[in-house]
Amino acid sequence: MTTIQERVTTTAPVVTRKKRDWSVAARVIVLLIASVFVLGPVLWTLSTSLRPPSESFQLPPAFLPLNPDLTSYEQVFKQLNIVALVINSALVTGLIAVGQMITAALAGYAFAHLRFRGRGALFSIVLATMMVPAQVTIVPVFMLIRGVGLSDTLLALIIPAIPTAFGTFLMRQYFLGLPGELAEAAAIDGASPWRTFRSVYAPLAMPGLAIVGILAFNFHWNEFFRPLIMTISEQNFTLPLGLVSLQGNLGTGSISVVLAGVVLSMIPALVVFMFGQRALQDGLTAGAGK
Amino acid sequence: MSTTTSAPARTGRQAVRKSPHDAKRGRVQQRWLPWAFLAPTIAGMGIFTLLPIVASIALAFFRWDIISAPTFVGFDNFAEVVQDPTVRVSFLNTIVFVVVAVALQLGLALGLAIMVQEKLPAWLRVFFRSAFFFPLILSAASVSIFMRYLFNEQFGVVNWLLSIVGIPAVPWLTTPGGSAAVVILVYVWQNFGFSFLLFIGGLASIPVETYEAASIDGATGWRKHWYVTLPLLSPTTLVASVMAIINALQVFDQPYVLTRGGPGDSTRTAVMVIFESAFQRLEFGQASAIGVILTLIIMGITALQFRLSKRFVFYQ
Repeated sequence: MTTIQERVTTTAPVVTRKKRDWSVAARVIVLLIASVFVLGPVLWTLSTSLRPPSESFQLPPAFLPLNPDLTSYEQVFKQLNIVALVINSALVTGLIAVGQMITAALAGYAFAHLRFRGRGALFSIVLATMMVPAQVTIVPVFMLIRGVGLSDTLLALIIPAIPTAFGTFLMRQYFLGLPGELAEAAAIDGASPWRTFRSVYAPLAMPGLAIVGILAFNFHWNEFFRPLIMTISEQNFTLPLGLVSLQGNLGTGSISVVLAGVVLSMIPALVVFMFGQRALQDGLTAGAGK
Repeated sequence: MSTTTSAPARTGRQAVRKSPHDAKRGRVQQRWLPWAFLAPTIAGMGIFTLLPIVASIALAFFRWDIISAPTFVGFDNFAEVVQDPTVRVSFLNTIVFVVVAVALQLGLALGLAIMVQEKLPAWLRVFFRSAFFFPLILSAASVSIFMRYLFNEQFGVVNWLLSIVGIPAVPWLTTPGGSAAVVILVYVWQNFGFSFLLFIGGLASIPVETYEAASIDGATGWRKHWYVTLPLLSPTTLVASVMAIINALQVFDQPYVLTRGGPGDSTRTAVMVIFESAFQRLEFGQASAIGVILTLIIMGITALQFRLSKRFVFYQ
């Protein structure tokens, strides 16, 4: 699988003549302005959350948190059961990510290296499910969940999200990149097909699995639509839902408290961004080249 | 990367068969084994995607509020939905939203990708790429929360910035036009990075020699992009536009958190009316009918794009 990074680094400079240096400067300026517009709102959020609630609306805005004041963060913990929200979000996101990694590895391996009747047709069906918008299936899924008595539980968010067409597709591509001779060698050594998967292919596929896990984490940590529908009581809310309800409760009084909550909710996403940026970018765009 | 059936796996099986002890076990295992690997995914998709699709289509022909028994109403739901002014307005809003947001998203992404990809120090390229990618990792709900304050009429930073250049305060979230603009801007702000990444990948795959040849022929600056970059980028543009349109047609989080669909119905979207009719008014049949219509529109647009692309997409 060619990653974006490989492709990018092989690109030579496009403009070959030297005299156009001013155009490079102009481009850098435009790009810098664009990045100020992109990063500015986030910096403002961070900075405002670190100011006393009474100064939330100060203009001109401060983009650098010079005298951090943590009152807003204290308030978040007082007004919102943020520990419970984080635990819920972590449970939901973590179990979905692990579940997706396991099921996608199994299915991806079967589609890549095992032979069975109807493999091609079945894989096409799996791919086709990627194109079904969630809104079309949400009503029947809601009823199903309600029917089996799981409505307003975290399981209602976790179980339906585990089977993943995109993850299966990614893992199949990954396993196809691993040589089939490994299975041959393992078989000669007397390993069962299951053993071959567990001890030979699965460990080699760890980078691919990491991509599936990181994508699942990022998507479901931020998910709003399904939690809004599937959970009713506040004790089952996930973070995005909790934040929106906090905003509703406070109106526009002390926005730094709401923003402190927003910043807290971003921290895990930021950590993933720092360590898994490459994996995330590759994973997001992997489906585009198919 | 090969997509052909993998010969090595077959060799693997033959090797198992050759071993006399394992001959029988190997063959028996081979038959159910793939299905054991696939069971969780196939069962899950059957239960949570395929079955719901069928159920959703069926449900569209019934009137059902969960409490009483469903009654068959034929095409009534569709007829009512098509005549419902709120539904109509929200579909119209969605179309306007898709056209404007996708055009902005793709234009911004393409322009910035070309600028980043051309002769820049590597560290700057990495910085810009990370910066433009960054909003994608945030939740649409959080983004909408802080954007609501930035677009506040009296205290918002946006109006403060505008006041510097002498533009009077814009009532962003209290007028229909202002709200629609905010929803579009916030959505594009968060999502253009995705198209940007696709374009970066597409640009990187254009061979340098093509540009060298164009330079020798005397093409410079914008002409070079018009005659070389854009045609060679058309496959990427197709993928980027299909994905951007499909995503934009399903917009929900931003308008829900920013405006709750208002003022009036000015920012109500197709998915919002599905949500409202199912989970607020308990009209599950109508919600399903709207869902079916939305899906048909998405499928139709995607098919149309691929058909049009045969005329406009240039493959190397």
